[in-house]
Amino acid sequence: MTMIFGIPVQALMGQLLVGLINGSFYALLSLGLAVIFGLLRVINFAHGAQYMLGAFTALLLLTVGGVNYWLALIAAPLIVGLFGAIIERTMLSRLYKLDHLYGLLFTFGLALAIEGTFRYFYGASGMPYAAPGALTGAVNLGFMFLPIYRGWVVIASLIVCIAVWFMIEKTKLGAYLRAATENPALVQSFGVNVPLLLTLTYALGAGLAAFAGVLAAPVYQVSPLMGSNLIIIVFAVVVVGGMGSILGAIVTGYMLGVVEGLTKVFYPEASNIVIFVIMAFVLILRPAGLFGKDA
Amino acid sequence: MAGKSEPIGAEQVAIHPKAGPIQLVLLAVIAAALLVAPQFLYPIFLMKLLAFGLFAAAFNLLLGYTGLLSFGHAAFFGGSAYFTAHAVKVWGWPPEAGILLGVLGAAALGLVMGAIAIRRQGIYFAMITLALSQMFFFFCLQAEFTHGEDGIQSVPRGRLFGMFDLSDTMTMYYFVLAVFIVGLLVIWRFVNSPFGMILKSIRENEQRAISLGYSVSRYKLGAFVMSAALAGLAGGIKALIFQFATLTDVGWQMSGEVILMTLLGGIGTLAGPVVGAGLVVTLQNYLATSDFPVTIITGVVFMVCVLVFRRGLIGEFFASKLGRRLGFRSES
Repeated sequence: MTMIFGIPVQALMGQLLVGLINGSFYALLSLGLAVIFGLLRVINFAHGAQYMLGAFTALLLLTVGGVNYWLALIAAPLIVGLFGAIIERTMLSRLYKLDHLYGLLFTFGLALAIEGTFRYFYGASGMPYAAPGALTGAVNLGFMFLPIYRGWVVIASLIVCIAVWFMIEKTKLGAYLRAATENPALVQSFGVNVPLLLTLTYALGAGLAAFAGVLAAPVYQVSPLMGSNLIIIVFAVVVVGGMGSILGAIVTGYMLGVVEGLTKVFYPEASNIVIFVIMAFVLILRPAGLFGKDA
Repeated sequence: MAGKSEPIGAEQVAIHPKAGPIQLVLLAVIAAALLVAPQFLYPIFLMKLLAFGLFAAAFNLLLGYTGLLSFGHAAFFGGSAYFTAHAVKVWGWPPEAGILLGVLGAAALGLVMGAIAIRRQGIYFAMITLALSQMFFFFCLQAEFTHGEDGIQSVPRGRLFGMFDLSDTMTMYYFVLAVFIVGLLVIWRFVNSPFGMILKSIRENEQRAISLGYSVSRYKLGAFVMSAALAGLAGGIKALIFQFATLTDVGWQMSGEVILMTLLGGIGTLAGPVVGAGLVVTLQNYLATSDFPVTIITGVVFMVCVLVFRRGLIGEFFASKLGRRLGFRSES
């Protein structure tokens, strides 16, 4: 058996893949957080709850409506996005003129309420969601077996991340978005409907979280608390990357996922704190984050 | 922080340092009520209330008077509970030494976490404290001395100064009451000291404070350590009251809970967090017997408070006509 640094190649590659998958979710979630924060200046604590909502929507669509995975992958983000838009319009938008911390506290309460409700009805244990038939099984890559669904997760998240990045950096809508981030009053005076832009942005962020949730449903089990611990790690990812750039959020997400996976191979005890440790070091050496612009 | 957004806690009103006769009478009434309360109410419940009241007041020292939202105060509260419980149970230390160790441990944790977190401001500060406390949570989950999921159980209360037997519930109650009062006095003194005034100036206008020559980060760190130490004091007595220390005390839910207590009672008021803690603890007690989950209520109360009730109960009372007539006045 081939060894690298005294570790079997298969174990290394296996954990690398696990890291890449976790990294896919970190990237999708921190991207959504960064998009929302960029325009709304709100740290969306409910992001983990919206991720959970995505997974649950897919599960309920399947069990109640018989809607398959592929349709759910599109429908769940739309439904959760709509839910996000309603929340933003009716409640969150009242907080913009206040200290940004109130937005964090509001969405924290929202997360507790959503997770509490689902826990009340569905209990705390996880429910399985089968991967679609076309994506089951594994391929032999020679050095390891790659479960097809896991490969799909990495590819799908990459495609969505790049699409969102493209939309924000290269399209006209994205230009409005970026302009509104810099100076909302000026953009509004040009006739752009900024409040609508804010609502759409929040819906987009929530939809991205839900998309990640549907992707995650077959990998992890669907449970009401699946997002609550994840969101704290994603916060650390966001601090490491800095909120400055969309691309930064994506790259940092994948990178930290892989680092976490490798830590599981070399020093398993530290694997669930390694991201926080990296965050502490980045803050000491480069407080603005790896890709951040503001200090 | 972009724009002219109001700093958190700026809507606050507080008892003026020079308390008038009405306030003193009120204080005397409350003190008397606390002295006789265990005759009428379950003492463990009252002690829980006092411990969490002190915890919330310590947290408010940071949020209300310095404008820093820590999302990781459970680390100090729960960490200290572990330190105290371990010292008393395993090393056989007397309770006062155990609590002292808890306070010092929490202060040391606060020094490390604070030094890292104050490198960023506002919303980042909140996220960083949350992440660091989660790191501490994982440490507690894996460390030997915390006994993982089991926690440290059946911690003996021991004899205070070798004289007072704390296993007697009444003696324990008066000890907790004394600690609570001393803790609040320390906070009151701290807030009204020149140090506290500088903290308020940092909250109101950090740039201005810097231009006046104050070393802002040093003051922030000082406030952070002080708040952590007092939260540790609350955690230490909590470990002795319930005679156990568990992972619940260091989890992020606990950090959220203390924020809710403070928000509900009134950010930046001395009495607010204590009142908020009383409400939350009472609510939990009532809901403990039903199968309705507390988190839903907690979440909804959070949302309502942030949307329409940002001054909190005490804040609203101080700002009301009655409150003003009684001589409470808006501070800012």
